[in-house]
Amino acid sequence: MTATALPAKSARAWDRLSLRQKRVLWAWSFLAVPILFYSAIRFWPTLEAFALSFTNWNLLRPAAFVGLENYKRLLADPLFWQVFGNTFLYLIIGTPVSLVISFTVAYYLDRVRFMHGFIRALYFIPFLTTAVAMAWVWRWFYQPVPIGIFNAILTWFGIPQQPFLRSTTQALPAILAPAVWAGLGFQVIIFIAGLRAIPTSYYEAARIDGVSEFTILRRITLPLLKPTIVFLVVFSSIGFLRIFDQVYNMNFNDPGGPLNTTKPLVLMIYQTAFKSLDMGYAAAQTVVLFLILLAVSLIQLRILKDR
Amino acid sequence: MRFKKMVAGLAFGVSVLAANAASAVEIEYWQYVFDSRVKAMDQLIQKFQAANPGITVKHTTFPYAEYQTKVAAAVTAGQGPDVVQLFYGWVDGFLAGKLIQPLPKDAFPHDKIESEFFPIVTAMKRNGEYYGLPTAVRSLALFYNKKAFQAAGLDPNKPPQNLEEFLAAAEKAVKRDGAGNIVSAGVTLDMAGQDHQWWREVLIRQNGGVPYTDNDRKVAYDSEAGLKALQFYTDLQTKYKVGLAGFMDEGQAAFKAGLAAMTIDGTFRLGAFNSIKSFEWGVTELPADSKGMRSNYASYFANAITGKVQGEKLEASKKFLAYITSPEAMDIWLKAVGELPARRSAALTSENLANPIYGPFLKGLEYARTTMFVDEAAQRQVAIDMVNRVLIQKQDPKASLAEAAKAEQAIIDRAAK
Repeated sequence: MTATALPAKSARAWDRLSLRQKRVLWAWSFLAVPILFYSAIRFWPTLEAFALSFTNWNLLRPAAFVGLENYKRLLADPLFWQVFGNTFLYLIIGTPVSLVISFTVAYYLDRVRFMHGFIRALYFIPFLTTAVAMAWVWRWFYQPVPIGIFNAILTWFGIPQQPFLRSTTQALPAILAPAVWAGLGFQVIIFIAGLRAIPTSYYEAARIDGVSEFTILRRITLPLLKPTIVFLVVFSSIGFLRIFDQVYNMNFNDPGGPLNTTKPLVLMIYQTAFKSLDMGYAAAQTVVLFLILLAVSLIQLRILKDR
Repeated sequence: MRFKKMVAGLAFGVSVLAANAASAVEIEYWQYVFDSRVKAMDQLIQKFQAANPGITVKHTTFPYAEYQTKVAAAVTAGQGPDVVQLFYGWVDGFLAGKLIQPLPKDAFPHDKIESEFFPIVTAMKRNGEYYGLPTAVRSLALFYNKKAFQAAGLDPNKPPQNLEEFLAAAEKAVKRDGAGNIVSAGVTLDMAGQDHQWWREVLIRQNGGVPYTDNDRKVAYDSEAGLKALQFYTDLQTKYKVGLAGFMDEGQAAFKAGLAAMTIDGTFRLGAFNSIKSFEWGVTELPADSKGMRSNYASYFANAITGKVQGEKLEASKKFLAYITSPEAMDIWLKAVGELPARRSAALTSENLANPIYGPFLKGLEYARTTMFVDEAAQRQVAIDMVNRVLIQKQDPKASLAEAAKAEQAIIDRAAK
């Protein structure tokens, strides 16, 4: 009985709505699907992580509220500060180096007509390669003789072999190199697209006025590329702040080593959560990472977008 | 009419299901994925089911990396396995979470366990109760490359028996290029492999110390003995230059490639080394000290009954656990996996002892120690870092040792909370 009554009632209610209201209702009913989906699998777990960071949950026994204990422990943990520094080293070295290289490549590649597509594809291939596979290949490149290719070249020239991944100073740049190399293709493509979007009439006018190439680059190309640069800076910064695969796989038996000199925050979170099963502490680290990512992105948007 | 038939059919179906449930118990067994272990367990389950028609065993496996997490999450949620495989070092964590229950004394009397199994099973004992039993155990031994021994002028049938001979053999077998770089190691140095166990339970004891006291809850290696042991280990690279940490990436890789004359590793490596075709290798007991004192490190995965199992499932689980820790099961396991039987009678047969491969490992079991880790990965990391500080940062071994002892004590204390 109720089954027949309901549609009639709702049909009448539906008829009473104006066209505009109906449209809004339709729009929201479609939007509701992704919103519900994201709330359930993205936002809800995020909030859970925030809540977890105030507990001492270790997976094996029920969680108990410990207040700010995890955050206090984090601030007093020398490992956290070391890892914090490493994370920023990845960002501070990785982002400018990768942007300068990719801009240079894009700037000159843009002028190359001969086999342009092929060369561009060559730059893009590393981006398509699995980070794990790449990390393992590079890891072998860095080995001491007789198998490491870099050290083989060095000894061939009579230069003493370098420890690379087994050094507390060389390991971080050594790990960063393949990460920069892998991201290059993507950045080159974006830069080329940005360069192509600049109207050629500006360049023509400048050339008629006899302006040098360097001035053109400084006064026309770079200012007009600003939106592209902003996008790439934010995008690659987030990437370097979240670096994990390369680090984890290149020092597989001592991840983040030697002596934690290559350990980024994400790896510390992983180890705290899934090796030591210290979920509450790991959640606190996650919250900190979230805040760092948020702050860095906001600052960059602010600095680069205005003016 | 049709409706009535349907109802009748349904009722019949339900009654059949119920009848089946009454006569057959299904229990679930979990272990991590390792091809030969999975196959061996399938074989054991088949035999067990043939002997116990009323019981079926469901065998579930997970990759090792996520195994512990899965077990904890499932058992806490009241699901998951009835019988579970766990590393002996996880017992405290599992106990704290009430994930496992004591083995019922009627099926597993303590005097029998203590007289029939190797003494290392006491690592599964807490508050007077046993919480699990292993099918197989693993110990360490010295693997040596017979071809490299021959090439270096060493007798391939007389592997080093004490540390002095060990060092001499390494010095003879190491090969360097013109610039002094090692191209073939005398011995592998890989703290992330088994060397940290060798240092902890063997070298420290041979230097007259103990790694821990108070049931492994107090770090005791910040001592003269600990320092001598660390010094001996790091000297292999810095003073005698017979090995290089990180050479060929991993110790076992160097040995497998024929680029290391000796390596210390466990029974679990036999499978990988059996595929070596380019040279013949041998196994001998870990080197003794100058007075002939030997030590070894043994570890194992035990089988336990999970916390919430009761009633007929508990009875079935007891039977299954008794079977997979029986001499028959151990023999099958040894042949399929290459891991040593956990019972003396099944292990120390004259056939096994005479076996050139198993023999040295079995002899090692007699005097082996088992470290009661609270967090094996973290405690291993402490040892890795300790050696790295000396080898990479040239830190004074004494200072590095003190730092390691402090860091490890902090890990143990935190776990006790």
